[in-house]
Amino acid sequence: MSILGTRVVRTEDPRLLTAGGVYVDDVRVPELAGAARVTFVRSPFAHALIKGVDAAAALAAPGVLAVLTFTDINDIPPPPPPPEGGPPPGSEAAPMPLGGVWQEPLLAVDRVRFVGEPVAMVLTDDSYQGEDAAELVTVDYEPLPAVVGIEQSLAGGTLLFPDAGTNIPVDHAAVDAAFDGCDVVVERDIVNQRVAPVPMEGRAAAACWQGGKLTVWVSTQNAQISRFILAGAFGMDPGSIRVVAPDVGGGFGAKVALDRDAILVAWAARHTSRPARWVETRSENLTGMTHGRAQRHTVKIGGTRDGRVLAYRLDVVQDTGAYARMGGFLPTLTNLMAAGPYDLASVTVGYRVTLTNTTPISAYRGAGRPEATAAIERAMDLFAAEIGMDPAEVRRKNLVPSDKFPYQTPCGALYDTGDYAGALDKVLAGAGYAGLRAEQARRRERGDVVQLGIGVSSYVEITAADADNGETARVVVNDDGTATVYTGSSAHGQGHHTAWAMIVENDLGIPMNKVTVKHGDTDEMPFGTGTYASRSLQLGGVAVHRADLEVREQARKLAADLMEASEADLELDTSTGLWQVRGDPGASRTWADVARHSGAEGLSAFVHYKDGAPTFPFGSHVAVAEVDTETGKVTLIRHVTVDDAGTVLNPVLTEGQRHGGIAQGVAQALLEEMVYDADGNPLTGTLADYAAITAAELPSFELLVSETPATINPLGAKGIGEAGTIGSTPAMHSAVIDAVSHLGIRHIDMPTTPSRVWAAISEARNSQ
Amino acid sequence: MTVNGSPVEADVADRTLLVHFVRDVAGLTATNVGCDTSSCGACTVLLDGQSVKSCTVLAAQADGHEITTLEGLANGDEMHPMQRAFHTEHGLQCGFCTPGMVMAAVSLLAENPRPTEQQVRAGLEGNLCRCTGYHNIVRAVLTAADHMDGQASR
Amino acid sequence: MIPAPFTYQRASSVDEALELAAAGGEDAKFLAGGHSLLPLMKLRLAVPATLVDIGPLRELSFIRDDGDQITVGALTTHHDLATSGLLAAELPLLAHAAGTVGDPQVRHRGTIGGSLVHADPAADLPAVVLAMDATLVARGPGGSREIPAGQFFLGLFETALQPGELLTEIRFTKAAGAGWSFQKFTKRAIDWAIVGVAVQGGNVALVNMGSIPLRATAVEQALAGGAAPADAAAHAAEGTTPVDDINGDCGYREHLARVLVARGLAEARSRG
Repeated sequence: MSILGTRVVRTEDPRLLTAGGVYVDDVRVPELAGAARVTFVRSPFAHALIKGVDAAAALAAPGVLAVLTFTDINDIPPPPPPPEGGPPPGSEAAPMPLGGVWQEPLLAVDRVRFVGEPVAMVLTDDSYQGEDAAELVTVDYEPLPAVVGIEQSLAGGTLLFPDAGTNIPVDHAAVDAAFDGCDVVVERDIVNQRVAPVPMEGRAAAACWQGGKLTVWVSTQNAQISRFILAGAFGMDPGSIRVVAPDVGGGFGAKVALDRDAILVAWAARHTSRPARWVETRSENLTGMTHGRAQRHTVKIGGTRDGRVLAYRLDVVQDTGAYARMGGFLPTLTNLMAAGPYDLASVTVGYRVTLTNTTPISAYRGAGRPEATAAIERAMDLFAAEIGMDPAEVRRKNLVPSDKFPYQTPCGALYDTGDYAGALDKVLAGAGYAGLRAEQARRRERGDVVQLGIGVSSYVEITAADADNGETARVVVNDDGTATVYTGSSAHGQGHHTAWAMIVENDLGIPMNKVTVKHGDTDEMPFGTGTYASRSLQLGGVAVHRADLEVREQARKLAADLMEASEADLELDTSTGLWQVRGDPGASRTWADVARHSGAEGLSAFVHYKDGAPTFPFGSHVAVAEVDTETGKVTLIRHVTVDDAGTVLNPVLTEGQRHGGIAQGVAQALLEEMVYDADGNPLTGTLADYAAITAAELPSFELLVSETPATINPLGAKGIGEAGTIGSTPAMHSAVIDAVSHLGIRHIDMPTTPSRVWAAISEARNSQ
Repeated sequence: MTVNGSPVEADVADRTLLVHFVRDVAGLTATNVGCDTSSCGACTVLLDGQSVKSCTVLAAQADGHEITTLEGLANGDEMHPMQRAFHTEHGLQCGFCTPGMVMAAVSLLAENPRPTEQQVRAGLEGNLCRCTGYHNIVRAVLTAADHMDGQASR
Repeated sequence: MIPAPFTYQRASSVDEALELAAAGGEDAKFLAGGHSLLPLMKLRLAVPATLVDIGPLRELSFIRDDGDQITVGALTTHHDLATSGLLAAELPLLAHAAGTVGDPQVRHRGTIGGSLVHADPAADLPAVVLAMDATLVARGPGGSREIPAGQFFLGLFETALQPGELLTEIRFTKAAGAGWSFQKFTKRAIDWAIVGVAVQGGNVALVNMGSIPLRATAVEQALAGGAAPADAAAHAAEGTTPVDDINGDCGYREHLARVLVARGLAEARSRG
């Protein structure tokens, strides 16, 4: 029996549970002995001119080795100019990040554009000295008006980049969808608020230079891509750079590649001829690490009174913060997935990207797709409310039918496989939907203080969106019969080591405990793409599988030679890991025998696997919430989900991904928001204020099983890392509004905090 | 002070936090720092058997006391039942919150050997995890409780 | 983040603590559990030159039955208050409220004295001692004095303690049998109260409805005048000056105060 699909506990855990992981701050290697500690001096202003930096007092403080500003950066090449001088302001599409007039500096030059922007670096013997000395660096700021929020940015009264003449680097307007013939059309603005990713380990990097070779340890989702970015930044041959991602304490999209702060650490190490290490504090993290979401949606939905949706239009405004990094690209994914799991005749989309004096936006668990789902799910609820139909019923009437796959959407996506109605029916049955509605009716009838809300969401998302970048793997069978897997994918909690070893055991019959998986060291694996967009198993896992097959064919030849049999007669018994001649079970050779016979060449295969197209996982969630109508407090009491990501390799791992995704999605709906005041000061700049969700706010989750295999890859796998987040936010959000819908409330923006929910209730009661 | 049963003695600056003493002086790096505001619990260790956030205790305050970190939990090669339960229940992913979470859970069961699910959730309110959604952490603590209480009553 | 440099001194007796504090002058602070002070010092919002560690003074950590009253040492931790059988029987409001402070780790280190002296209007225990009409005992160079809870909290983070004076114990009149309730309204379990209400018999105190913990005197007067609890609760926001912040504006807090007082009075009545 194959190990694939079975419940295997993780091989990573014993080390993490007894000795703890080795994160960047824990790396104790000779190259980093005596490393200077880097402390950044960061802007306390959202928008200001820099009139001068006085480092004299800091330089005189104990343990200070150097205080570095942009004037010291004279030893690396300027960033390459963007093609043809950069996109014209207000263009319809632009590469991200932007260069040219929009260029983001390494250290602030004459202007800061968000609280937390790096202005100077202090290098000290230890971190305590660094914090003291950083306080002594005096920066002369001349504050400017801050641009906070989308409206202010669009108004353009203050420009972040005066040379650009606008705050809107990309403007791609939507045309109206075909609303003629609709009985009912509903339109409204919806805020998909700015949230902070908060991986438990913040950003961190360490660097040393030895004999012209740069080694960087960095908390990243992509060691290999980071190597090329560093090569570009320093004008170096990538072969002279080694990037190591040690244990990484969570990423959630915000650790894709590496930030300018990490490039600066490597630069400072060269500039001062001393290894250097930087580990950010949480307060630094909450403003320095990119944020996610931060979109405003205008949805317009129309259809017939019998529940058929005919037309949908989505206009997205992306607040991308002070610099258009990946934030400028995310709304293209939102647009791509705007139609959701529905078969709609007319869907039109558009987006604008605006700059504000806030932390730059980048990927955060789902990266553009949760926003698309949130928008259309809210629109579906608004439409259902308008025509007085059950929201689950409206969804069922409009889901893409199972016989229409592959399904081409009006937004340009080609959904591969699915059973959307099956997922909805399964989750409704699992939740006991009819019973929940009955209980809701009873509470409304009695006028209970605590009302019940039921939120339903259906979703489809795109995973491995950049399938053509593919992923790498090298599988080596060692002379002792063990195997070593080198993967270009990058684990930071997902369980790659366990999953890849399962694939090897399945393909080669080498038991998992004899398989070592290595990731995140570019000396061992120079090429690879990394982990984001729920791509790992369907690309990196398949790469391992393909490498296994190549190793197996090499081994077949070797075994044939060893056993003096024809290749065609040799077979591998994957239950024992023995090579045998067909019809002669007595004679067999082990993997060790075969590997030793390979001589100096060794027994190994490298594969760069590319899929031809992305995959489209889907599912449905039901959230059940209680809302205290006297205080506005919301309690999630049940969360039931179907998340279909194709064939499951290891249910333990996929369940873990779903759990974590659900919690983060619920957190966005209920609690989390990065808030700024009118001057651009963060009001949620510590974890005392930023309301990361805890165990006490959540129930256990009810996960239902559904597996509709992908057909594009041999594992049948789609991505599962982001699905939970994508499905849970709209279900949770909808449950809150549903609980108070009998008061006439149609919408409450996220996060649905007690004060906001009570304000909506209060307003509804006052208007009755 | 005593760390994981061994005496550790050092002259440190008055302001040295216990977490830095454990990491940099005792050289035990499992314990992590996750925030600045005593909010996240990643730095949780046991001080005389009770969970504390070692980022909010001065090393000097722990002078003469017993500190237990994640590294001191196992009995040789045999994992503590809490470690084992985190393993079997998949109670960890990236592993960064894990040392603090496990120590908080050990302290929780020391005070309440048979908690309900709600008591476990409330008892872990001071420890943030971003990966697991807490679902399997809660299961792990309940599993460990079954195991430990079962052992104790035999 | 780490505190700015300071000098650490450990006291081995109350007298020594007072001497060390006197020698340190205005820039000296007592360090008990440190769970109010150290977080501020790490953010460098507090920069004392000297910390006098009174944590080791076990003589200030006790819960004592003194006949018609209970005396609690200032260094008693929230955890010890929450798990005390004596308090559960005699002062259930105090035991219960202490069990809601912060999180388990905070309760293992944080002390009642530290919480009261820090005088954060969003903290739980200041309102509890206020509702219980407790008496706070302070020792200074000139000896001990008693301060009624109602006269202890003077302003935001400001108490009636003189520089160099140390809170040593808190005295409570036994309250067994009287109805009580503690209503703590938070966004997350771990958060400080957006609004809180402590009810002890006919006494009602409010958390986070002004710069200091407040007695809801209008509610108490209405109750004393025979008003029904629900009607009395309508007066809960009178005389309060709550803040606007990301958790709610002033009007929301006033509303919460009325709701929570009504719930608190109802619960207290059910227990009385």
